[in-house]
Amino acid sequence: MLHMVVCVKQVPDTTEVRIDPRTNTLVRAGVPAVINPYDAHAVEAAVQLKEKYGGRVTALSMGPPQAEEVLRRALAMGADEGILLTDRAFAGSDTLATSYILAQAIKRIDKMLPVNLVLCGKQAIDGDTAQVGPGIATRLGFTQLTYCMAIDAIDLEQGYIQVQRKLEGKREIVRGRLPALLTVVKEINELHYASLPALVRAARADIITWGKDDLELDPAQIGLKGSPTSVWRIFAPPARPGGEIIPGKPQEAAAALVEKLVKTKVVADR
Amino acid sequence: MSKFQGVWVFIEQLAGEVAPVSWELLGAGRTLADNLEGELAGVLLGHEVKHLVSEVWAYGADKVYLIEDPVLQFYRTAPYARALVQAVKEYQPEILLLGATSLGRDLSGAVATALGTGLTADCTGLAIQPETRFLEQTRPAFGGNVMATILCRRHRPQMATVRPRVMPMPSRREGRRGELVRVDVTFDADEARAEVIEIITEKNKAVYLDRAEIIVAGGRGVGSKENFALLEELAGVLGGTLAASRAAVEAGWLPPEYQVGQTGVTVRPKIYFAIGISGAIQHLVGMQGADVIVAVNNDPDAPIFKIATYGIVGDFREVVPALTAEFRLRLDP
Ligand SMILES: Cc1cc2nc3c(=O)[nH]c(=O)nc-3n(C[C@H](O)[C@H](O)[C@H](O)COP(=O)(O)OP(=O)(O)OC[C@H]3O[C@@H](n4cnc5c(N)ncnc54)[C@H](O)[C@@H]3O)c2cc1C
Ligand SMILES: Cc1cc2nc3c(=O)[nH]c(=O)nc-3n(C[C@H](O)[C@H](O)[C@H](O)COP(=O)(O)OP(=O)(O)OC[C@H]3O[C@@H](n4cnc5c(N)ncnc54)[C@H](O)[C@@H]3O)c2cc1C
Repeated sequence: MLHMVVCVKQVPDTTEVRIDPRTNTLVRAGVPAVINPYDAHAVEAAVQLKEKYGGRVTALSMGPPQAEEVLRRALAMGADEGILLTDRAFAGSDTLATSYILAQAIKRIDKMLPVNLVLCGKQAIDGDTAQVGPGIATRLGFTQLTYCMAIDAIDLEQGYIQVQRKLEGKREIVRGRLPALLTVVKEINELHYASLPALVRAARADIITWGKDDLELDPAQIGLKGSPTSVWRIFAPPARPGGEIIPGKPQEAAAALVEKLVKTKVVADR
Repeated sequence: MSKFQGVWVFIEQLAGEVAPVSWELLGAGRTLADNLEGELAGVLLGHEVKHLVSEVWAYGADKVYLIEDPVLQFYRTAPYARALVQAVKEYQPEILLLGATSLGRDLSGAVATALGTGLTADCTGLAIQPETRFLEQTRPAFGGNVMATILCRRHRPQMATVRPRVMPMPSRREGRRGELVRVDVTFDADEARAEVIEIITEKNKAVYLDRAEIIVAGGRGVGSKENFALLEELAGVLGGTLAASRAAVEAGWLPPEYQVGQTGVTVRPKIYFAIGISGAIQHLVGMQGADVIVAVNNDPDAPIFKIATYGIVGDFREVVPALTAEFRLRLDP
């Protein structure tokens, strides 16, 4: 049977996160939390695979108790079960520690029902690292297939999956052995609105919660202590210079602008 | 920790063609190595790629670590990661840099995890802290709204991926030579776990909007689907790609995959033309990372002018054809 685990992260709507210029701290107050958009595509991909091949979709998230919301969103989209990893000891985890905790949780899920496919988003829109997926794949020894824009076929008997990966100006068709971990880009599918019955079912569902004692974890590898990287300082990006208006009639202005662009080699550089 | 020494740059190649970011990193790595009074090395993996070694020296490496095997002909994570991990364990560099390309980000995550060390993603700035010798790794997060400087204090190597086209291209010194170190790695026929069936160069440009170098985007101000032909001509002359604001997509003038912004694609071209686009925040977050922004709008108070590098106030129906004609003159003599 195809058993898929989809990793979903709750993220702030990043267009509204700003740096307070006086204190140089993140202003998150009042910023709405949403499902990481790439993770929504990962859930959709898993649900479509379930419709095609049968199977089961388990949604997994690590975060504070309110991250339960993104699991309900995944359930409304068609996931069968939601598991939330929440514990103060997980706070401050960088990607190495995060992938460790998620991988240990997937090992526990695998014991209940073997997992042959893990799906993640391409990256989270807050941390933006794209490192957690490869981290999980390495820890589990799964085939790592990043930036998937299409899933062509799965053959459980032969034990392989064929996908299309989005690379710079190219797409790569690759066949990988199962179990595998995929990270997905937006092009993989279109999102749909959930139906009312699905929403109600999701709202009523029980979310399973696991803390640090529910997993086999080395305390030295989780949270701040288990994180080799640390944010040393944060600051606002330099403001764009700009605002230079090129005066004159359309012809003159166009000529003057092209002159500038060609000089700065932005265009001629190709 | 002092046993870890030297700065390594992963030389990314596909079919013998090196990704330019690898040369950029040799330039940046040179400065770091000089600050640390250490050496700079390139690490090159592939099948029959020895002819690239002299290029790596020419761009400034003192040493090249070379791993060649037929298994490495096409990139697959598992054998590449294991080979790189073995080389790092044997020779213990203090710093390991990779390009933040799809390959570099795929490989670095696997390698850092196997080594149990820290990895900083998609850096735009690198410097050595004089007192501590730590690598200061500066990167954008939260979609570019925040910059963060990351340190990796207790683990080595300090690993980072670096965004292409941020570090300057170093000059190439023909005939510059260095040392060659072959690293012996034995591969299992089985360990790749994946097989590359085909690599297709993409024709539908919209699919690669996020990687486009030149973008001509139109908004509601363009007024009609027919008027987009003017933008298409400009894009044609520049070899650029069309894009749209949400208003233009909702009007049906371009398909949804062309939408730039919060609910569309985030782009980072060298030059972005915003034609008849007002500059709503949801649009700006998707394109403010462009090197140069040119705005054309008939409203002098349009917010887009505040962030545009250059602006022309006027009707695009006059300005855009004038730009097209002028570029044609300058670029196709
Ligand atoms: C400003 C800033 C900069 C940072 N820079 C770095 C850095 O350079 N290196 C580093 O190691 N850490 C860094 N971190 C920490 C990092 O953001 C966290 O470790 C985070 O938990 C995971 O990384 P990410 O958000 O980049 O996820 P990504 O690796 O981008 O996420 C990829 C996918 O992994 C899955 N996933 C990720 N997190 C979770 C989760 N909590 N639950 C379920 N699924 C998940 C999702 O499917 C997601 O789409 C930084 C944090 C901040 C605030
Ligand atoms: C949750 C959410 C998500 C969103 N996501 C996105 C997104 O991903 N991308 C996006 O683009 N928007 C997004 N939007 C919409 C966004 O808020 C704006 O409504 C949209 O960007 C406006 O598009 P526009 O600039 O083309 O149109 P307008 O704001 O109507 O601007 C048209 C401009 O054209 C100029 N103009 C008119 N005629 C001419 C002429 N003849 N010559 C020159 N200039 C002319 C006008 O002066 C005006 O400045 C989102 C909104 C929300 C609420």
